[in-house]
Amino acid sequence: MIHQQKSQRKIVVQSLLVVVLMFGFGFALVPMYNVFCDVFGINGKTGIEATAMAEPTVVDEERWINVEFVTTLNQSMPWHFKPTVKKIRVHPGQTTTVDFLAENLSESEMVGQAIPSVSPGWAANYFKKTECFCFNHQPLAAGESKEMGVRFFIDPDIPSKVTTLTLSYTFFDVTEKAKAKSNKKDELVKVATN
Amino acid sequence: MSVIKQCLVSHTLLLITMLVAPFSVLAEESKFNMPRGVTEISEEVYDIHMLVFYICCVIGIAVFAVMFYSLLKHRKSVGAVPSQFHDNTAVEIIWTLVPTLILVLIAVPATKTLLKIEVDREADMSIKVTGWQWKWQYEYLDEDISFFSNLSEASNQARQRASGIDPSTVENYLLDVDNPVVIPVNTRVRFLVTSADVIHSWWVPALGWKQDAIPGFINTAWTEVKEPGIYRGQCAELCGKDHGYMPVVLEAKSQADYAEWVKEQQRKQEEAMLASGRDWSMDELMSRGEKIYTANCAACHQANGEGIGMFPALKGSPVATQGSVEEHTKLVLNGLNAMPAFGAQLNDADIAAIVTYERNAWGNDVGDMIQPSAVKALR
Amino acid sequence: MSTAITHEEEHHEDLTGWRRWVFATNHKDIGTMYLWFSFAMFLLGGAFALVIRAELFVPGLQLVEPDFFNQMTTMHGLIMVFGAVMPATVGMANWMVPLMIGAPDMALPRMNNWSFWILPFAFSLLVSTFFMEGGAPAFGWTFYAPLSTTFAPSTTDFFIFGVHLMGFSSIMGSINIIATILNLRAPGMTLMKLPLFVWTWLITAFLLIAVMPVLAGAVTMMLMDRNFGTSFFDAAGGGDPVLFQHVFWFFGHPEVYIMILPAFGIVSQIIPTFARKPLFGYASMVYAVAAIAFLSFIVWAHHMFAVGMPVAGELYFMYATTLIAIPTGVKVFNWVATMWRGAMTFETPMLFAIAFVVLFTIGGLSGLMLGVAPADKQYHDTYFVVAHFHYVLVTGAVFALMAGTYYWLPKWTGYMYDERLGKIHFWISTISVNVLFFPMHFSGLAGMPRRIPDYAVQFADWNFLSSVGGFVFGFSQLLFFYIVIKAIRGGEPATNRVWEGAEGLEWTLSSPPPHHSFTVPPEVR
Repeated sequence: MIHQQKSQRKIVVQSLLVVVLMFGFGFALVPMYNVFCDVFGINGKTGIEATAMAEPTVVDEERWINVEFVTTLNQSMPWHFKPTVKKIRVHPGQTTTVDFLAENLSESEMVGQAIPSVSPGWAANYFKKTECFCFNHQPLAAGESKEMGVRFFIDPDIPSKVTTLTLSYTFFDVTEKAKAKSNKKDELVKVATN
Repeated sequence: MSVIKQCLVSHTLLLITMLVAPFSVLAEESKFNMPRGVTEISEEVYDIHMLVFYICCVIGIAVFAVMFYSLLKHRKSVGAVPSQFHDNTAVEIIWTLVPTLILVLIAVPATKTLLKIEVDREADMSIKVTGWQWKWQYEYLDEDISFFSNLSEASNQARQRASGIDPSTVENYLLDVDNPVVIPVNTRVRFLVTSADVIHSWWVPALGWKQDAIPGFINTAWTEVKEPGIYRGQCAELCGKDHGYMPVVLEAKSQADYAEWVKEQQRKQEEAMLASGRDWSMDELMSRGEKIYTANCAACHQANGEGIGMFPALKGSPVATQGSVEEHTKLVLNGLNAMPAFGAQLNDADIAAIVTYERNAWGNDVGDMIQPSAVKALR
Repeated sequence: MSTAITHEEEHHEDLTGWRRWVFATNHKDIGTMYLWFSFAMFLLGGAFALVIRAELFVPGLQLVEPDFFNQMTTMHGLIMVFGAVMPATVGMANWMVPLMIGAPDMALPRMNNWSFWILPFAFSLLVSTFFMEGGAPAFGWTFYAPLSTTFAPSTTDFFIFGVHLMGFSSIMGSINIIATILNLRAPGMTLMKLPLFVWTWLITAFLLIAVMPVLAGAVTMMLMDRNFGTSFFDAAGGGDPVLFQHVFWFFGHPEVYIMILPAFGIVSQIIPTFARKPLFGYASMVYAVAAIAFLSFIVWAHHMFAVGMPVAGELYFMYATTLIAIPTGVKVFNWVATMWRGAMTFETPMLFAIAFVVLFTIGGLSGLMLGVAPADKQYHDTYFVVAHFHYVLVTGAVFALMAGTYYWLPKWTGYMYDERLGKIHFWISTISVNVLFFPMHFSGLAGMPRRIPDYAVQFADWNFLSSVGGFVFGFSQLLFFYIVIKAIRGGEPATNRVWEGAEGLEWTLSSPPPHHSFTVPPEVR
C-alpha cells in the first residue's frame, strides 16, 4: 500500500514535469525557429540587426547579381513608400547604398517599422545589411518625407545559381506600440527621478 | 416542392454515376477531378496525383476484396469454425515491406516534381501579388502597371444574402473579377506573393500550385503557361469575413496581345490622370461613386449603407451628414481603426466619387460634393 | 502491486441525487458524465454543421451572413474536436480501463472529478462568445495568426481562456489514466497482456501530456500578443505569423492521433470478439501504435506545404509523412487478418467496426495522397482535405465510438440495447455519411476551397448531395440517442459476458458492474 502510494506520487510528479517541460518547449520553439530560419533561411527572413560580418575587401568582379526592391504598406498605412531605384546590378562583395523615399500622408505623427524579407528565401543569409532604416522605428511627422537608406553587400560565397535577389520591405504602423513604450519609459524615468 | 423532387431524382442518378463511373471517366471529367492544367508543372502534378490515386485504388480494392471474401465465407451463419492463429511473421514482414516499396515508388516522381516547382531560375518577368481583405493587388515590376482585382460587380450583387438573383444566371459566379491579372504565354513569370493584412493564399488550379501570402514576408512562385486562355481560382486560406469572395482570374495572352494590353493599361492610367484634373458633375460622381462603393465599401458598410455588426452605418452617420466634406474625405484617405486607408488604393476621382456618393445616397442629402482636384490637395 | 485494493474509503458511497454527480469520484459515474457531455457537444457541433450544410445546400447566400458562417465552421471544429471526440474517448477510458486491468477505480479519483467538471465551464465560456459583441471565434479551429490576433474581436480572449481550461482538463485526465494503467493493474497483468484499448489509451495519454502544454503555450503567446504588446506572431515587431503555424501543428498533428488512437483500441477489442478469434499480431499492433505516436511528432509541417518552406523541408516532411502509412497499414492488415477464418457474426458493434475499417482506410489512403507534397500544393485547403479528415474523424473516430458504445452499453446498463434499431441506425448512418463526405473529394479536386459560405455553380451538384447526406446523418443520431435511452431504461437483461466471443476481465464482472469494480484484484495468468 505504502509502496504503491509512493510510486503513484512519482508518476504524477514525473507527468507534471513533462507538462511543464513541454509548456516551456512551446516557448522554446520561438528562439529555435529563429535559429532554424537563420541557418536555413526559412521564410526569407533577413535580420533586422546589422550583420556581424565585416564588409568584404574582395569584390567578385566576374559576377553580376540583380537586386530588386519591392515595397508594401501594411493595412494601407497612409504613407507613400517607394525605392528610388527599382533594380540595380551589383558584384558580390561590393557594398552599395540604396535610398527609399517615405512620406507620411496623414495629418498626425506616425511611427513605422519596416520589415525586410528576401526572395529566394534560402539566399537571405547571403544578403548582408550594414545599415538599414529597418533597424529602428521610423517616426515621421504629419506630411514629413524622408529618404532612408539601406547599405548592404552580398556575401561573395553566394551560390553561383543565384542571379536575382529581391528585397522586400513592408512598413507596419507601430504608432500605438511606440507610444505605449515611450509612456512606459517616461514613467520609469519619473519613478527613477523621484 | 416538385423542383426539389426533380433535383433529388437527378442527384440520385448522379450519385449512382459517381459510384459506378469507371476511373478513366474520372480522369477526363473535370467535375470529378483535378484539372490537368496548362503548365508543365501542373501536368506533372496531375500525373503524380493520378499515380498515387491509382495506387490507392489498387491497395484499397485488394484489402477490401480479402476482407469482404472473409465477411462472406468466414461467418458463423455459414458454419465457419474459428481458427485460433494469431501470428504469422512471414506475412507481417511482407506487408511491412511491400508498402515501403510502394512509398519509394511514389517518392521518386514526387521528389523530382517538387524540386522542379521550387527551382529558382531567372524569370522573364515579375509580378508582385499582394493579398488584401478581400481583393488582390497586382504590380508589374517591369512595367508601370499596378491595379486591384475585385470580385466582379455581377457576382457581388448576386452574392448578397437574399439578393433574389439566381447565381446560375451570373456568368462565372464568384469566379470573375473586374481586372484580371494578364500574362503572356510561353514566358517564365515570377510571382512575388505577400499580404498587406492577414494570410491569404493565391491559387489558380490550372497552374498546379497555391502560394500563401504572408504579411511582412515575400514568397516566390513561378509559372509558364502554354496556352492562351482565362484561368480561374480563388483565395484558399481563410482570411476573414469575405474569404469566399476574392477570386483570382488569370488571363494568358499571346505575346502580341499581351504587348497590346500593356499599352492599353498605360493609356488608361494616363486617362485617369486627366480625369483627376478636370471638374466632374454631381451625376457623374454619383454614378461612379455607386460602382466604387459597391466594390470597396459595401462588404462592410453594406450596399444599403446600414452597416452590419461592428461595421457602422453610413446612412445618417455624423461623418457623412454633419461633418465637413474635407473631414469625410480624409477619413476615407487615411482610414480609422479597423477601417483601412484607401488613399493608396484608389485614385483621386474614385475617392471623390465615393465621398460624394456616401453624402448623397440612401436618404443622406447633404447636397455637397468634392472634386478630384480637391482630393488631391488633401492627400 | 498485489496490495492494489480499495485505497478509497467508502465515504462517497451513499451520495445520492445531484451530489452523486457533482461530487463524483467513482470512475463509472465520471465516465458516464463524460459520455453524456460529449454527446451533448456532438449534437451542438452537429447543429452548427447543419447550419453550414443548409447554407451550402444551393449556391447563393440564403440563411446566414459570411461572418456568422465562419463562426459556424470554427465552432463546429472546436466543439467536435475538444468537446465531442476527446471527452468521449476519455469517458470510455474512465469506464473501461479500470474494468479491463482489474482495478477498483481510477488512481486519482478526486482529480478525475476536477478534470470532468472543468469541461462544462470551458465550453460555456467558449459558447458564451456567441452572445457577445464581436461574436464567436471566426478564424477557423486552427486560429492562424494574425487573423486570430491583430484582426480578431475581443471575444477571442474568452476563446483563449476556454482552450486553457480544456488543456487543464485533458492533462489531468491523462495523468490519471497513466497512473491508473501503470499502477493499478491486477497481479499478472503485464504490459504486453494489456488489452489493446488500454495500450492505445496509455500512448494517447502520453501524447496528451506532451502536446496539450504546447497548445497552451501557443494560446498564451496569442494572449500576450493581443494584450501585452509582445510580438511572437506579429511581423511588425520582428515576429512571424508562420511561427504560429509551426507551434500550432506541433500540437495539432499529434492531436489528430489523440483522437484516432483510442478508436483503434476500441476496434481492436470488438473485431476479435465477433470473429471469435484472438487479435492477429498483438505485438505488432502495440508497436504500430507506438510508431504512429512517435511519427506524429515529426511530421507537423505537412499541413503547411503552401507557406513557402525551403524545398529540403518540404522533402523531409513529405517522406516522414508518407512513412505513417506503414504502421497504419499494419493495423488495417491485422484487423483483416483477425477476421480471416474467424466465425463472424454481425451485431451492431461489429457492423460499425467493419465500417470503420473500410472507411478509415479510405481516409488513410486520401491522407497518403495529401502527404505527397507536390500534389498537396493543389489539394491544400480544398474540400479534398475536408473529405479526408472527416473520413478519418467521423467514419473513423466517431464510428469507433459508436461501435464502442453499442459494445459496452449492455455492460454499462445491464440491459441489451435494441439490436434491430441498432442495425437501422448503422445502415442509415453509414449510407448517409458517405453521401455526405464522398462527394467532397470531387468538389475539392474540382477546385472548391474550404471555409467558404458560397460557391461557384459548378460545385452545386456535389454540395447538394453533401447537404442531403448531412441532414440524414445528423438526424439519424437522434435514433442513436433513443436507442441508448431505451437500453438504460430496461430491456433484456445482459449476462456478465454479454457477447459469446468476448474475452477479458471486464466480462467477468456483473452487468452492470459493482460500485467498486474489483475490490479483490483478479489473478491474471
